[in-house]
Amino acid sequence: MHQQTIAQLVQGLQSKAFSSVELTRHYLERIKRLDGTYNSYITVTEERALAQAAEADKRLAQADAPALCGVPIAHKDIFCTHGVRTSCGSKMLDNFIAPYNATIVENLQAAGAVMLGKTNMDEFAMGSSNETSYYGPVKNPWATDSVPGGSSGGSAASVAAHLAAGATASDTGGSIRQPAALCGLTGLKPTYGRVSRWGMIAFASSLDQAGTLTRTAEDSALMLNAMASFDPKDSTCVDQPLEDYRAQLDQSVKGLTIGIPDEYFGEGLNPETAAAVEAAIKTYESLGATIKRISLPHSNLAVAAYYVIAPAECSANLSRFDGARYGYRCENPKDLHDLYERSRSEGFGEEVKRRILVGTYALSAGYYDAYYNKAQQVRRLIKQDFVQAFEEVDVILGPTSPSPAFAFGAKTQDPVSMYLEDIFTIPTNLAGLPGVSIPCGLVGGKPVGMQLIGNYFAEGQLLNVAHQFQVATDFHQQAAPGIE
Amino acid sequence: MAIAPSDIAKLAHLARIAVPESEVDQVTQRISDVLDLVDQLQAADTEGVQPMAHPLDATQRLRADQVTETNQRDEFQAIAPATEDGLYLVPRVIE
Repeated sequence: MHQQTIAQLVQGLQSKAFSSVELTRHYLERIKRLDGTYNSYITVTEERALAQAAEADKRLAQADAPALCGVPIAHKDIFCTHGVRTSCGSKMLDNFIAPYNATIVENLQAAGAVMLGKTNMDEFAMGSSNETSYYGPVKNPWATDSVPGGSSGGSAASVAAHLAAGATASDTGGSIRQPAALCGLTGLKPTYGRVSRWGMIAFASSLDQAGTLTRTAEDSALMLNAMASFDPKDSTCVDQPLEDYRAQLDQSVKGLTIGIPDEYFGEGLNPETAAAVEAAIKTYESLGATIKRISLPHSNLAVAAYYVIAPAECSANLSRFDGARYGYRCENPKDLHDLYERSRSEGFGEEVKRRILVGTYALSAGYYDAYYNKAQQVRRLIKQDFVQAFEEVDVILGPTSPSPAFAFGAKTQDPVSMYLEDIFTIPTNLAGLPGVSIPCGLVGGKPVGMQLIGNYFAEGQLLNVAHQFQVATDFHQQAAPGIE
Repeated sequence: MAIAPSDIAKLAHLARIAVPESEVDQVTQRISDVLDLVDQLQAADTEGVQPMAHPLDATQRLRADQVTETNQRDEFQAIAPATEDGLYLVPRVIE
């Protein structure tokens, strides 16, 4: 059962080939048996999962079952889940039992999905390797000496090891797409504002967006159908008509123009990764798409702009963790300042503290114009590059990540080298565009991903282009060695 | 823009994060590395470019001035480190 995609599980559940309780028990048993190796879950919600599954079976017996009725999924531990610990991968929130559900958690519950548990992640979603988690690193199911990527490393590993049919995730600078690439999955980051951020613990509010990690583009469409909504509780959510993201999947890519940005194939890109992406371009050509070289001239400034904007917004967002109302509080504070300072110093890990300090510096008196304002101006230049490109092409294609999964510890001593992991994914967040990473090959036995970038609210088209590649190839069907 | 170890103490105070004496040099070095990276921005020509706050240039939505939230004080205080009579407890501020 665990080898099936969400689309296949929906079929199986609706045709009564198996029940949701059977399916959920099967996944829970696999998690118990195998997750000791991967560490992809922080919390497994067995009781709740079985109760939701029993409820789903009742609805399946009647004829009003919603789209994902009975399908077991996992939530990244950044999404608030009522009555369940929501840690965000941090000691700061190790004792935080969320008093409400995130909107996407509500939406998926309404669609009948069963929650298996909460997945591991880099602390407060800050990292590209899942090594900053308070709950320990997650191992990549393809090579257990290597990182799964981050920050949604637990969500990616749980799906790649078949410990969940699909998982929610969040992407601020590549945190869905880079783990998707490193774990051989399909990872979708929707347009900024397409999916509600309400109940998603904030890192950088102008960049954060919730999305999905699944085995196929079709599964991403099914999950996005359930997740996307206009939510008045998220002031940056965009009131745009919803569509059926599955509707366009079967369209041909004949006549479609795919843009290949020169800047995404330069220095720093592993030659074998480049070769796998070049081969994928050839596949699209053979399917009838037109390939066009394009330029996104401000791409080289994206990482610099991001490492001003993201830390600045992080320093403001994380000021709420003060030891007073919820979360970690230090022992025996001697006064209020001591309470704040020690609770934060003891509750946050090294990378989070570093970003808070960088952000505090960028926003401090006298530096605002030189840093934050300048970065926001560069951000517009980056967006304009994309707007111009989309006058000539339908989608943009390039590598997701410069190289395949790296070994634990390889980049932890040099934060800047870790930041460059997201060199190809960050521009999309700055511009607010949707992006999807899909598998396109193996290098040294590890997966390589390519990234497709679409125009604003073109998730339907983006998933169509990804799906057509998956109809023509079988990279997405390969499982990690040892995963039966 | 270079940052000195003395700047770290000021930043740490602003951010309410303690940086132990033994870690000041390493923290200074790593934050300097990040600032070297972001200094690439200074080379960009941004003359007359409007800063971008929201990718779709959305503006703040307004809503009717009506009560939409119910009182959930008990549930919120159940997860607080210390409360008394519906109040959050912190160390004494005024002697």
